[in-house]
Amino acid sequence: MSSTEEKAGGFLAIELDGAGYESLARAVLAAESAGFHVATFADAPAPGRVNALQRAAYAGPLTRNIALVPEVDTVYTEPFHISTQLASLDYVSGGRAGWIATAANSPEAAAAVGRSIVEGDALAQEAAASIEVGRRLWDSWEDDAVIRDVATGRYIDVDKLHYVDFETPADFAGPAYSVKGPSIIPRPLQGQLPVLAAASLVGDGLVSVDAVDAVLVSAPTPELLAAEVRDVRARLGAVAIVAELDVVLDSRGQAAASRLDTSQDDGRARFVGSAAGLIGLLDSLLKEADGVRLHPAVLDVELEELSRLVLPELRRRGSLRAPMQDGTFRELLGVGPAENRYSTSAAATAAAGK
Amino acid sequence: MTQHNRAIFQPSGQIQFGIFFQGVNSGTIWKASESGSQTDFESFRHIVQTAERGKFAAFFLGEGLRLREHLGRPHALDVVGRPDAQTMLAALAAVTTNIGLVATQNTTYNDPADLAHRLSSLDLISGGRAAWNVVTTDNAWTGANFRRGGYLDHADRYKHAEAFVETAKRIWDSWETSSGPARRVLHEGQHYTVDVSPRLPRSAQYRPVLFQAGDSPEGRDFAARQADVIFSAHPKFDDAVEFRRDIVARSVAAGRGANAVQIMPASEFILAATDQEAQEKKAWVRSLQIGPQQAIAYLEQFWGRELTEYDPDGPLPEIDPVVEETSETRGSGFHGAKARQLADQWRAEAKDKGFSIRQFVTSRTARVDATFTGSYTAVADHLAEFARVGAVDGFNISPWLIPTGLDDIVNHLVPELQERGVYPTEYRGTTLRENLGLETPVRSPERVGA
Ligand SMILES: Cc1cc2nc3c(=O)[nH]c(=O)nc-3n(C[C@H](O)[C@H](O)[C@H](O)COP(=O)(O)O)c2cc1C
Repeated sequence: MSSTEEKAGGFLAIELDGAGYESLARAVLAAESAGFHVATFADAPAPGRVNALQRAAYAGPLTRNIALVPEVDTVYTEPFHISTQLASLDYVSGGRAGWIATAANSPEAAAAVGRSIVEGDALAQEAAASIEVGRRLWDSWEDDAVIRDVATGRYIDVDKLHYVDFETPADFAGPAYSVKGPSIIPRPLQGQLPVLAAASLVGDGLVSVDAVDAVLVSAPTPELLAAEVRDVRARLGAVAIVAELDVVLDSRGQAAASRLDTSQDDGRARFVGSAAGLIGLLDSLLKEADGVRLHPAVLDVELEELSRLVLPELRRRGSLRAPMQDGTFRELLGVGPAENRYSTSAAATAAAGK
Repeated sequence: MTQHNRAIFQPSGQIQFGIFFQGVNSGTIWKASESGSQTDFESFRHIVQTAERGKFAAFFLGEGLRLREHLGRPHALDVVGRPDAQTMLAALAAVTTNIGLVATQNTTYNDPADLAHRLSSLDLISGGRAAWNVVTTDNAWTGANFRRGGYLDHADRYKHAEAFVETAKRIWDSWETSSGPARRVLHEGQHYTVDVSPRLPRSAQYRPVLFQAGDSPEGRDFAARQADVIFSAHPKFDDAVEFRRDIVARSVAAGRGANAVQIMPASEFILAATDQEAQEKKAWVRSLQIGPQQAIAYLEQFWGRELTEYDPDGPLPEIDPVVEETSETRGSGFHGAKARQLADQWRAEAKDKGFSIRQFVTSRTARVDATFTGSYTAVADHLAEFARVGAVDGFNISPWLIPTGLDDIVNHLVPELQERGVYPTEYRGTTLRENLGLETPVRSPERVGA
């Protein structure tokens, strides 16, 4: 991805998990009008939390510019269903969808579907397999497969549809499986949805760095975060990097520290303080990372402070890029058009032969 | 209500409409210039908002988990490729307010805890408008796309489906009050084990409405025990009345009320200002549904070989099929027919009626039984008779054109029906259960523990 010198500012993502289904529309519209580039939707098992992918889909027709990126587990969910659902999300959002591929490691998630628990490096193996299935299925219809050729009576050109014939690798730790394909939905609008994963899942012997478009980087404190971003960049090379940051802000005369819930430790760096302090931190983080994802302590409260004080100032300083206008999530990440691995078109065949 | 009253069927005098957006079929014409995209969100938005303007009870999405094939390759001639039902419906929930959102979802290639969670999610996001059309496709050919593969014997499909639906209902019913706390749900079965602490509260309609589509005796009994509405294949008047009798008997035998299970047959409407215009329109629609290539391909599916040397406007092939049985690769309707027997039968029938290949295939594939053709007033009169007798509770309409296929129904037929007092002029409520006039479901028994 882009080197730090030539960047036209970074992007900001906001985790909307605090928005229950009742206030989802309001929250996502507020995030979009505040100028956030990306909304993410967590899917860990918490009471009252509605399926992340459906929340993202619901937000699709309500918004125009903000990218919509749900977490979807790769271990205990069917890869074929995930691929179709995410492709569909891309259609209902006009090409603004992404996927945070997670690997559930809780015994509860395993028990819910009656499988034995997956742990350790096997988690990354499951994630890698699911991502590979998803990506092959997205390519299994070439972009121009729907031809509607009245003369020959053909709705599709079958030469542009492909069986993916995925099989889990020989050293696969979990139960082996295969997926035939092709997809039951044409190639998504973006061709390939951007896939994001925690940096801890990506690298040698884990999910290949080529399989993801961005990694989510965590550190225990805000001070260590920029250093961790640099380390991950050195370890993984050219992949977009998103720094993870919890935020608790001073609000309406209440000091952030007094609003802090210290019982919660999610292992992420946490900024606690004034809008001015956060602006300084984000300004420097956005020089190292391609984007920062904010996890607000209380969505409504933090979102108001962020949109009133923080984002306008970051924009003024030029450290934030302009919001997307009718763009795709791929364009935001700067990853370029997605080539189709199965492409039979003359141009692609010629290019591959070079 | 006494047992006596519950055993007597009482017609509601009303009919409702649903729209069935199938997404994969030869009924949706794509060759007309008015035909739009099958995947763009705008197509779905147009059609669901038209349906809501027409006070339709429900918007259905079909499902198929493997692309249909023709002689070992994807079938090229029909509309194909559709979004995931629940993802699309969650998006449509944002642009609608009253219409029910029905996802066809298979019991064989889903996990009960995951599917139940996603359906409650849709139910909550939509304010109590979600439904599940339960289907049981079980073949190994579809299974090739899933981790478990083709693990289920066809004979066990409803046994498995019943355990699945029971588990889902217990997950939905696990809340002590509308907001919690939830009871843990355990199920240990032949094919899977579920141990889950449900996380979502109940919705405004308590839990998703259950539709069932399947016509075998086992399927009907399953529906009589479990479903709120049957998506049936019997739209013709006499047949519909007979099907109603059968379902009332099965519902009562299952210990439910005579009116407990509603019936909405699949149907197609070809309408115009006059009967004559409607007949002309029908000829045009049929010519676009089954073209010459589709007619030949249809026979190839049963003959198991290419028949491109045959003239679509000539007689059926004299040669015999090279397969013993037809497979499921073109969808469940094609499964397991004895090919040679069929060929003999069809040749005789075509000869008898003087049909060419194309005419014969059109007569078999068009929604012949399911089609209501005529002027708006004539069709409205006919439907009013269905309502008076209680032959059906509504019709599930498959539009032959996307996305404008409901426009004339909503603009012209619905007002005629409203004038006759047999069709709602307003939604009764905001949940699907209210709009269908279904009772609040009885909470499923506790049965915590295996
Ligand atoms: C009107 C109607 C619509 C159906 N739609 C679907 C569908 O969208 N997807 C699917 O997999 N099966 C669909 N089915 C198939 C049935 O669910 C079922 O699998 C099939 O009828 C075999 O079950 P049976 O032997 O009980 O009839 C439909 C059936 C009917 C009658």
